[in-house]
Amino acid sequence: MDEFRLHINDKELRISAPAEESLLFVLRNRLSMTGTKYGCGEGQCGACTVLIDGVARRSCLTSIESVGDAHVTTIEGLAPADGSLTPVQQAFLDEEAFQCGYCTSGMIVSATSLLRQHPQPTDTQITESMDGNICRCGTYRRIVAAIKRASKTETGSRI
Amino acid sequence: MTTDTLTPHPEPPSLRDRLHWFQLDRRDFLKLCGGGLLVCLTSDVIHAQHHGGFREHPLPQEISAWLYISDKGVITVFTGKIETGQNARTSLAQQVAEELRADFNTISMVMGDTDLTPWDMGTFGSLTTPTMGPQLRKMAAAARQVLVEEAARRWSAQPNSLTVANGKVTNPKTSQSLAFGEITRGQKLTATVTDQPALTPATDWKIAGTPIPKVDGRAFVTGKHQYPSDIVRPGMLFGKVLRPSGFHATLVSVDTADAQRIPGVQIVRDGDFVGVVSDDLWTATRALSAIHAIWNVPPQPSNSNLFEYLRSHPESDGDESKNIASSEPPTIHSDVTLSQHYTVQYIAHAPLEPRAAVAEWNNGKLTVWTGTQRPFGVRDELAQAFRLPTSQVRVIMPDMGGAYGGKHTGECAVEAARLAKAASKPVKLVWTREEEFTWAYFRPAGWIEIRSGANHDGKIVAWQHDNYNSGPSCIESPYDIREQHTQFHPTQSPLRQASYRALAATANNFARESHMDELAHALNIEPLEFRLKNLADPRLRAVLQAASDRFGWGHSKSTPQTGFGLAIGTEKGGHVATCVAISVESDGGIRLRRIVQAWESGAIVNPNGLRNQMMGAVTMGIGGALSEAVEFSDGRILNPRFSQYHVPRFSNVPKIEIVLLDRKDLPSSGAGEIGIVGLAPAIGNAYFAATGTRLRSMPMLPGNLSQTSA
Repeated sequence: MDEFRLHINDKELRISAPAEESLLFVLRNRLSMTGTKYGCGEGQCGACTVLIDGVARRSCLTSIESVGDAHVTTIEGLAPADGSLTPVQQAFLDEEAFQCGYCTSGMIVSATSLLRQHPQPTDTQITESMDGNICRCGTYRRIVAAIKRASKTETGSRI
Repeated sequence: MTTDTLTPHPEPPSLRDRLHWFQLDRRDFLKLCGGGLLVCLTSDVIHAQHHGGFREHPLPQEISAWLYISDKGVITVFTGKIETGQNARTSLAQQVAEELRADFNTISMVMGDTDLTPWDMGTFGSLTTPTMGPQLRKMAAAARQVLVEEAARRWSAQPNSLTVANGKVTNPKTSQSLAFGEITRGQKLTATVTDQPALTPATDWKIAGTPIPKVDGRAFVTGKHQYPSDIVRPGMLFGKVLRPSGFHATLVSVDTADAQRIPGVQIVRDGDFVGVVSDDLWTATRALSAIHAIWNVPPQPSNSNLFEYLRSHPESDGDESKNIASSEPPTIHSDVTLSQHYTVQYIAHAPLEPRAAVAEWNNGKLTVWTGTQRPFGVRDELAQAFRLPTSQVRVIMPDMGGAYGGKHTGECAVEAARLAKAASKPVKLVWTREEEFTWAYFRPAGWIEIRSGANHDGKIVAWQHDNYNSGPSCIESPYDIREQHTQFHPTQSPLRQASYRALAATANNFARESHMDELAHALNIEPLEFRLKNLADPRLRAVLQAASDRFGWGHSKSTPQTGFGLAIGTEKGGHVATCVAISVESDGGIRLRRIVQAWESGAIVNPNGLRNQMMGAVTMGIGGALSEAVEFSDGRILNPRFSQYHVPRFSNVPKIEIVLLDRKDLPSSGAGEIGIVGLAPAIGNAYFAATGTRLRSMPMLPGNLSQTSA
């Protein structure tokens, strides 16, 4: 076991974990932050997506050692503390872009990363940047609609 | 009326193989069987669960078993059905609110908890809407009657002079009103429902029939919803289970010495079950990989000889009733005759949340939180595995991350419970993706033969449909055919197989609707016209009309690069018609361009949820149609990863338009399954229209010449 100091959702957390353990299992099993999901363990399904310094990353393929001083944002840390939702979360809710909801955390985090890079993404940009996220219930078209809805949210509001 | 049971429904091919035999089991079973017949016995146990269970489990007729209204007016509804994305938590609550005349937001559903809810067979077969819906509506209507009578008694008024709305009983003459909670004061509604209360017709629905948003949506978008794999219990340990190197393997030897040397690891050995527990998943995983086991895996079939195997290995368990023949095979006398065969491969459900369970023993009572469509079935499996009365086992099903017919069984629950028993602490076990792809069960593969005859006037005169292994669902043609002969031939299966969304309806519909297209072309009749010539069912005609109108069927002709195809299907009260446009890519591959699907399943309970289900069924269907196949050889799965087994992704899904027909005059049927059956044949028919090449194997891989024939 090694000691790590992590920056997660704007908080500094100290944990002990094996250096090679994935960020995903550290979040879920050592920090009880279960919003980030396990789906495949090989970076193929996107359920475990988190933001690392604002960019979507697969936490199942990210060793805790490699996180260093980077800032990690999980689904639990996206929305402001006042209980409101981000435009992406609100758009997923408005479009009801889920069925079982198990992929939703990863979808919302991936979409957030996309919209930060491309506030008005084209269809091709949406498909390319979201294609690593699987929704087994098949709500892809609603997710696309949700991303477009969020992209139309007034500029300046926090994605 | 007397409430006894909900309509039984035939279950798909049963699961024959348990994953583990604990010492206790094997000894007892060997004693019972005199040393043989293990397979036969387990089959009977499963059979009894599906069929005999009804007589043992009459539905309670007391309102209190289904409904409770607190003094604050919070209405708690109890049902053994479960929620896995199909929206039953919302749609059932809507129906209760409707009949009670309560605010939707005051309803809270308790689902799939074997200690709290009435016994239920399971959530499958599209049965929640047609059976649990009316059951809860009946209880809610009866509860409303009781509330009205109690208010009338307090006011010395006539019950039929009172009105009920928004969770309140009102006396219009005096303007007095009482909220439901003020009437019950938190007391149970002890009345027994012995007659059939009048239910609100769909034409008068104000809450049911509306697009109420899915409950718990906010928990999904904030990551707060607790799935089975998210459950944590005090003092909980993590488990891992040693897997054989192939199916039907026997354990030759196992060396756990290296694993045992790792601090904080406990090895659990029972019969051929070997597992580890540790207070930390990392350590448990490391310990598992330090176990050295030698397995003997017998030679087994592979994809390359799958269909030959199915056709030459009829089921030999002596159950003649499984051999369903509708009549003698017809001798075909017609202007045109056709004979063709079609195949479907094994496919995997691959729910995004793999099997997961947390098991906890307290003073001999076992509680398991697990993802399953059959909480009571899993309770029985656990009771059997640990020789407990069912009253000592509780299964709790937190709304889970997908199932699609793939989570009927309790393997993971049994494993977690065995580990927890050894550890004397709660244990969490979450299957890896590879375990889920390998040790869950599969949708059956199948070989289908169709022989048909039709005359130049476009009328089909004879039809013969034989299905080997995949199942009888949807095997009867919905077209008007004088002589029809259908037969399901159960066979032995190289892989563990059972339920999958729509069961064999996908395979049988693929074969029939492809064959219909072939027959239309043989007669030189336009495919839509050919179907209408042979179709009387007004509900199917209506969806076919709706889909082809929206699609603009016939407005454009197929070209070598662009094809249009259509298909219909019906089963379990659902009626579907699907039109697709495809393009043929430069590499010969199929690209979907547009999908239009029309659907009718009686009165719509929630159009928003129904639309979502239809989109989901169509999208899932893309996988089975174009890319999904379980590759296996000698008892091993060769593609147990999302990088190797290709489920539909954003880039595979075109524009999908759903047309819903709302028949308020007809009872509501389930809609989670049959929306999947139209897509594959519509794609195959579109490919033929573009290229003149017929694809008769699912998945349809045009590049693979062995799969196609001109």
